[in-house]
Parts: sequence; C-alpha cells; structure tokens
Amino acid sequence: MESRATRIGFGIAAALVLAFLWIPILIILAYAFNGSILQTWPVQNLTLHWFREAWHDQEVRSALWLSVKIGLISTAVALVLGTAASFAISRFQFFGRESVSFLLLLPIALPGIITGMALSSFYTFAGIGFSIWTIVIGHATFCVVVVYNNVLARLRRTSPSLIEASMDLGADGWQTFRFVVWPVLSTALVAGGLLAFALSFDEVIVTTFTAGAQTTLPIWILDTIQRGQQLPVVNAVVFFVVVLTVIPVIVSQRLTQDSGLLRRR
Amino acid sequence: MSELAQSGAPVRSARLRLSAELWRRPWLKVVALLALPVLAFAVVYLGSLVALFISSFWQVDAFTGKIVHTWTFANFSSLIHDPVYRRIAFRTIWIAAAVTVADAILAFPLAYFMARLAPPRLRALLFVLVLLPLWTSYLVRIYAWRTILAKDGALNWALNGLGLPDANLAYTNTAMWIVFSYVWLPFMVLPVYAALERIPDSYLEASQDLGGRSWRTFRSVILPLALPGIVAGSIFTFSLTLGDFITPALVGGANSQFIGNVVHSYVGISNNVPLAAAFAVVPVIVMAVYLLVAKRLGAFEAL
Amino acid sequence: MRKQHRHVLGWAAAALVVGALALVAAGCGGSSSSSSGGTTTNGGNTSGQASIGKGEGKLNLIEWPYYSDPSFAKKFTQQTGCVIQRKDAGSSNEMVALMRAGGGGGGGQWDLVSASGDASLRLIKGGDVQPVNVNLIPQWKRFIPIFKSPAHNTVDGVHYGVSVQWGPNVLLYNNTKIKPGPTNWNALYDSKYKGQITIPNNPIQIADAAFYLQHSNPSLGITDPYELNKKQFDATVNLLKQQKKLVKLYWNYDTDGRSAFANGDVSLGAIWPVDTLALQAKKVPVTEVIPKEGATGWADTWMLAKKAPHPNCAYKWMKYVTTPQVQAQQALVFGETPVNPQACPFMNKIQAGSCAKYHLNEPLSYYNTIKFWKTPIADCGNGKNDCMDYNAWQKAWTEITG
Repeated sequence: MESRATRIGFGIAAALVLAFLWIPILIILAYAFNGSILQTWPVQNLTLHWFREAWHDQEVRSALWLSVKIGLISTAVALVLGTAASFAISRFQFFGRESVSFLLLLPIALPGIITGMALSSFYTFAGIGFSIWTIVIGHATFCVVVVYNNVLARLRRTSPSLIEASMDLGADGWQTFRFVVWPVLSTALVAGGLLAFALSFDEVIVTTFTAGAQTTLPIWILDTIQRGQQLPVVNAVVFFVVVLTVIPVIVSQRLTQDSGLLRRR
Repeated sequence: MSELAQSGAPVRSARLRLSAELWRRPWLKVVALLALPVLAFAVVYLGSLVALFISSFWQVDAFTGKIVHTWTFANFSSLIHDPVYRRIAFRTIWIAAAVTVADAILAFPLAYFMARLAPPRLRALLFVLVLLPLWTSYLVRIYAWRTILAKDGALNWALNGLGLPDANLAYTNTAMWIVFSYVWLPFMVLPVYAALERIPDSYLEASQDLGGRSWRTFRSVILPLALPGIVAGSIFTFSLTLGDFITPALVGGANSQFIGNVVHSYVGISNNVPLAAAFAVVPVIVMAVYLLVAKRLGAFEAL
Repeated sequence: MRKQHRHVLGWAAAALVVGALALVAAGCGGSSSSSSGGTTTNGGNTSGQASIGKGEGKLNLIEWPYYSDPSFAKKFTQQTGCVIQRKDAGSSNEMVALMRAGGGGGGGQWDLVSASGDASLRLIKGGDVQPVNVNLIPQWKRFIPIFKSPAHNTVDGVHYGVSVQWGPNVLLYNNTKIKPGPTNWNALYDSKYKGQITIPNNPIQIADAAFYLQHSNPSLGITDPYELNKKQFDATVNLLKQQKKLVKLYWNYDTDGRSAFANGDVSLGAIWPVDTLALQAKKVPVTEVIPKEGATGWADTWMLAKKAPHPNCAYKWMKYVTTPQVQAQQALVFGETPVNPQACPFMNKIQAGSCAKYHLNEPLSYYNTIKFWKTPIADCGNGKNDCMDYNAWQKAWTEITG
C-alpha cells in the first residue's frame, strides 16, 4: 500500500535505529573478551579469562540465583494479582472502577526512586526487617502493572460473548476457563510474565532501597562497576545472561504472534 | 466406577450453581477478584506513599540526625525559596521531555516498519532484537556509553577515522540525553508497534480511495491512531527519566544533578528523609498531571 | 461534568479507605517494633562486650572498596569460619545511609562499617554504633598514639571502634598534558585548566577549599578547615562556585574519576592514592603530588553497628585487620598507611621501601600537616557555637553542584 519510496525510507530509518540500539550492546559483548581491566577503546589482547573467573565466582552465583528467585516470585505474584485485576476492570462496571485502574498504573508511572523511598520508610515505620520478601514486594508493584496491561489488552480484543456462549452451552466456570478463557489468555500471560521477569531481573533503583545486605545481580554489577576492578567479569556475566535469554524471548515472541484466531482485524 | 460418577455429579452441580450465582451477581465476583490485589496494593503501596508524604512535614535534628515528629512547612519553604531546587527540577523535567521526544521520533519508523512493512519472519526477528536489550543490564549499557563517548572512546575514534573532529560529549547534559534516549527506547517501540499494528488496512485503503496522498493519509489517519501508543510509551520514557539518578551520576557532568540525585543524597545525608520526601513531591505532581493528560489522549487503552 | 465528579469521588473514596488501612497496618507494625527496639546485642553503654565468643559464621561489612580484599580476607574466613558479605560504599554519606536504612544501627543487617572521620561522629551521635571493648583487640596498644583514642571514634573515653588505616587526598595530574606539573593546590582553582578538572562530589570537599584559603588568604583567619564561621564559610563556598565553571566532573566514586583520567576526559584533579596506583599500573601517565602545605586526609575506623547480627565475627575481624601483617597487606592494596607501626617491616618485605613511601616512619609532627576528615559541628571549641554544621555544609554543597 505504501509507495516504494516510503518503504525504502522506513526501511533505512528502521535499520539506523536498530544500529543505535545494538552497537553499544555489541561493544559490551566485545569487552567481555578484553585483556585489560580498564575499559578503554579499542578492545585489547582478547582473552577468555573473564568467563572462567565469572564462572568460579561464588558472589556472582549467589547474586544470580537471588535475582532469579526474586524474579520468579515477583512474576508469580504479578500473574495472579494482575490477571485478577484485569478481569475485574475489563468485565465489570462498578463504583471506583476508574480510580482502581488509575491506581494500578501508579507504580509504573511514578519514578522508581519514590517507590523505593516510600517502601523503605514504610518498612522502617512498620519495623519490618529487610529480606527477600521486602525486595519481592518492591518488584511486584510494577510487575503487576505489566501483567495487568498485557491481559487487559487481550481481554479488550476478545469478545465477552465467547464466555456467555460457553455458559449458555452448559459449561461451568472451570470448563469455561479451561477451554475458552485460558487459550485466549495464555499467550498474553507468557508475554506479560516474561516482561515482568525482565524488569524485575534488571531492577536497581527500587532494589537499592529495599535490599539491605542482600546482593541481587544488578546490585552486584553496580558494586563491581564502582570497584572498577572486575569490569570484564561484569561483561562476561552480561554476555552469559543475554545468550541465556535469547531462547525464552524467541519462544514468547512465537507464542504471542500466533494469537491471530481471536484478533478482530 | 459408578461410585465415582455419582460423587462427581453433586460436585459438578455445585460448581454449576456457584458459577451461575456468580454470573447473576457480578458484584460478588468483583469483590472476590479485586479483594486480593487491591488490598495488597493499598496496604503496601499507597500506605508507603502516604507515610512518605507525611514525613515531608517533619524535620531532622541537625545534631543526631534523628527525625523530629513536629509538623512544619520548613522543608517546602526552603524548596520554594532556594533557586537551586528550581534549577534542578527544571533541568530534570526538561531533559525528561527531550528524551521522550527523541524516543518518539526514533521509535516511530522502527515500529512502523515492524508493524506494517516487514514480512512475518523479519518482523519476528525485529521483535526479538527490540526485546533483547531489555535483558542486557541497564547499568552495563549506561557504562558502555561512557566508554563510547569518552574523549579517547569509540565515538571519537570513529569520527577521527572519517576525518572529523572530536565530539566533546563525555560528562555533559547532551551525553545524558543520548544515554537516556538509548536505554528507554524499547519501552517506546513496543506500545507504538502495538498501536500501529491495530490499524486495519481498510482504513488506509479508504483514505486512498478518497484521494488522500500518502502524506495526507499519514497525517490524518496513521498519526492520530498511533498517538495513544506514543503517549503510552511516553509515560514510561518520561517517568523513568524523571526518577533516575544513576545515569546522571555515571555519564553526567558538573551541571547534571537530577531530582533523583538530590533526593538520593538527602536520604543518605543525616538521613534527611523529610527534605527528600518534600522534593519527591515534585515528580509526583508532574506525573499526576502527565497521567491525567495521557488519559485524555487515550493512552491507557494503548498501554 | 457530573461524570467527572463521580470519578473524583470514587478516587477519593478508594484513596481514603486504602490510606486508612495502611495507617492501621503501619500502626500495628510500629508498636511491635518499639517494644523490641530496646534490645541490643550486649548490655547498656558499658565499654562493649567482655569477651569474644564463638563466631556466627557470617560477617556483613559496609566498607571502602578493597577494605576486605580477598588477598587478605580469604585467610580470615579460613581461620574463623566467618564468611564475608560486603557492600562497597562510594562516600561517607553512602555509608551513613546504609547504616541508617531499616531503622538505623545497621538495620540488623550490617556488623561493621569502615567509617572515615567525617562519618564516624555522625554514626555515634545518631546511635547507630555501639561501644567496642578495645582490650579484646591486642594490637590496639601498639597503635601510633594519635590513632588509639582519636576524637572521631572515641567519645568520653568510650571507644566505638578501632582505627584501621589512614591516607591523604592527593593532587593528581596527567604529566603528558599538563607541563610543568602543578605543585600547589591552587591548580584546582586556576582557569588555565578549565574543563580538565575533576573533584569529589562530597560536601566534605568544602574543607579542601577552606584548607587552600587557609594558606592563600590568611586574612580570613581559618585555623581548621572543618571549623568555619559564617564569614569563612561563605568565602569558601564562593570559591567553590567559581571553581565549578572549571570542573568537568564531580566524581561520585573514585573509579569514576579514575576512568575519566584513563579516557583522557580530565587531566587534573583531587583523588585518592589507590587511583594513582591503579592508573599507573595501566600505564596511564599520571603523577601524584602532596603539596608542601599538606593535604586533607582520612582516618578510617571499623565501627560496630548497634544491631550487629554477628558481633563475635566482627570482633575477630577487628582483631585480624589490626595485626601487622594484614595491616601491611591492606596498606599496599589501597595505597594507604597502617595505624600499627609494627607493619613497617612487613610492608618493606612486600614492596621494598614502601614503609617510608607511605610515611609510616614519620615523627608525630608530620601528622599535623594532614587535616583529617571530621564532621563539622556548630560547637567548634571557641565557646560561641558559631561554626557551620554538617547540615549547612550539605545544603551549600547542593547549591554549589546543583
């Protein structure tokens, strides 16, 4: 439909933006092989030393494991709460509905430093000691929003008459859920869950206020950057994480693309 | 066997009754569904915000650094009367706006290409390429930019290779602008893509049938329909920039203090949470206004 | 219009309910915390615990980078079974913030903090640290006398930690870009070097400017850069506002300043000896100067958090890091000077001549040229209470850099 010139123009612009997005990442990946500790350009005497170092580093392992745990728990919490909220908001009209939907967006719309500071003074106020759960609560606030948004968008595109039809045909709530709602929702849940996990996994600002003596992976990275001693190890770890996440990202992408069945186009 | 079937029947009828009951009284379901999330959010999140807001009316004892629980407007009055806070707030908002505009401009062609021009396979690849940076530590990406923009860094190396002079970008506000635009770009691309993808082809055909040239179609059909997506993305880019303190600390220069830096350092120094909380009210108000405008523009439907 | 009203009403109602719930929840939690607040790991305000018990298997440190460097900390863990978890802080402020998070006193998370003199008194006055029984630290008796009970970690004869190391803030320059090299602190205020200067982003930096004014402008009558009256303070702040136009970067972490030197973004600045060592090791052409008027410096103390969860491991650590051999190792990792003079031969064994290089063998008079960081307070000993306190320093620093 677009003219040839438009298409070429958009193609070139898109390629340039992608280059902007990816050149720094390629540089990071290249620095994982840098022989020198100081990060100066260009990369010098290539080595695999840092991967070995990262692999054997106990701190890296425990930080990675803690981040994975927090990410999984926060995502699980977000999936439950976010789905429930999106159902309520999309299906029903009730007093205060607008305010609730506005409220749900707050954690992602308000700057992280405010969420972090507010939670940290709340914990102090309530005498709650720092633990993995204080971090999870902090992360869940914005993870819920992500799932909520994804599920809500999917529900908006699905006609409510599908559920009514299922009920009319004699299905109970569980059957309706299993055979009508779940197929529609599952891909949105995967997409929302993955994004929620990614956000939690990479979160620094809220975490600095809610972690106490615990070290998540981003906090370990921040500390290491500040120490300036082991930068290539950080790059090696990042390299590892990126490679590890290619698969789930591709899978989720596949899943979310195949939802054409119920699309209204 | 028959026993099983018999015991299954009452359960099933109970389930049916329950779902019918719920179906007839929607408010029951609302309460059931909302009780959990709202309680969780309410107690933890709003409670914290309320506590923070209250503490902005307190003071800190200069000697011991303990919080004194007497009500005072002193924090707000020093924020209003000290020009430095206005300067910092203005700088923060201004750069957040500039970042948002830059991201909208950068995201649009990429999102458009993904949504409307790329064949399915390429689209899938592009999607992965936009999502993957979110998995690359944000700190490391910021740090990489420092290496790129440094005087002896990759950018000047490339410029000199092309016979161009050095770009003196390290430790400036321009550097912050570039880095912020960079790290938040995927958050803009995704909603814009979603909005563009939803435009039915028939709209464009109709526009063309009615004699609309491609520019006219773009301006009168595509842009208005993409706008909610852009505004939705801008909520992320704007708010994320507004609250950041790490990027200014890592790539900013001598004139780069953000609201976040001041707040962060006040929380640190003599634990002056009250003054920090008072200053934190600024981004809250800014975001509240922003959200109300965004809602008007239909961004909440496009998030 | 009416619809909007309803929205606002609904919103307000939701907020009210929620706020009330939150307050109730907060109230319940708050009362329970106050009832348990009085307990500490050992009784009252005597001089710390009487003996060192069995290690708890863990030790959580807030430290300056490298203060528990594996090169000497590994052996400690092997000997005591105390596994170290560390948090590197970039500034004294960050240390204080970390100690005060989660209700203060280390929040029940942290055991020790390697506070410099500008943080230590704040931690003592804020009730974040507890008395330490120096009799349990055998090497303490052998310290250089001024580091046994310095005013920054000992109040009314009660010790709140043990001194560990000290060092100067130095002037560093790139010797290929700046010729001839500066010999005086005035280089940092010289418009000749506009856009090439880096200095620490830390309110205590005001003392560096005051120290410079003490020597360059005697008419102000500054005798101690940490005790400034209004007039002296304003003059100093003014100087720093002028300096801002020349500054390329206020570094938050010394490694930020370090990489700015390494990447050619700055060529002159105030930084620490550890950065000189790191840069020289990477063949960056830098030279370090301590001008003849002297310098400001830091003297660090391992302080015991009030709610330390592992006090026995903490004592074991204080015992360990004050032994001559470990003192020498740490000194050469960081480029600083031990407080235990017995470390001298060990330093020379690791690196010949290093004992003299780091001034461990100087007479006591030498220490008068180093103005150690301390927390500025209103009462500066003249009976007038007219000195600017730390809050004023902090506000002024925000004004300078903002």
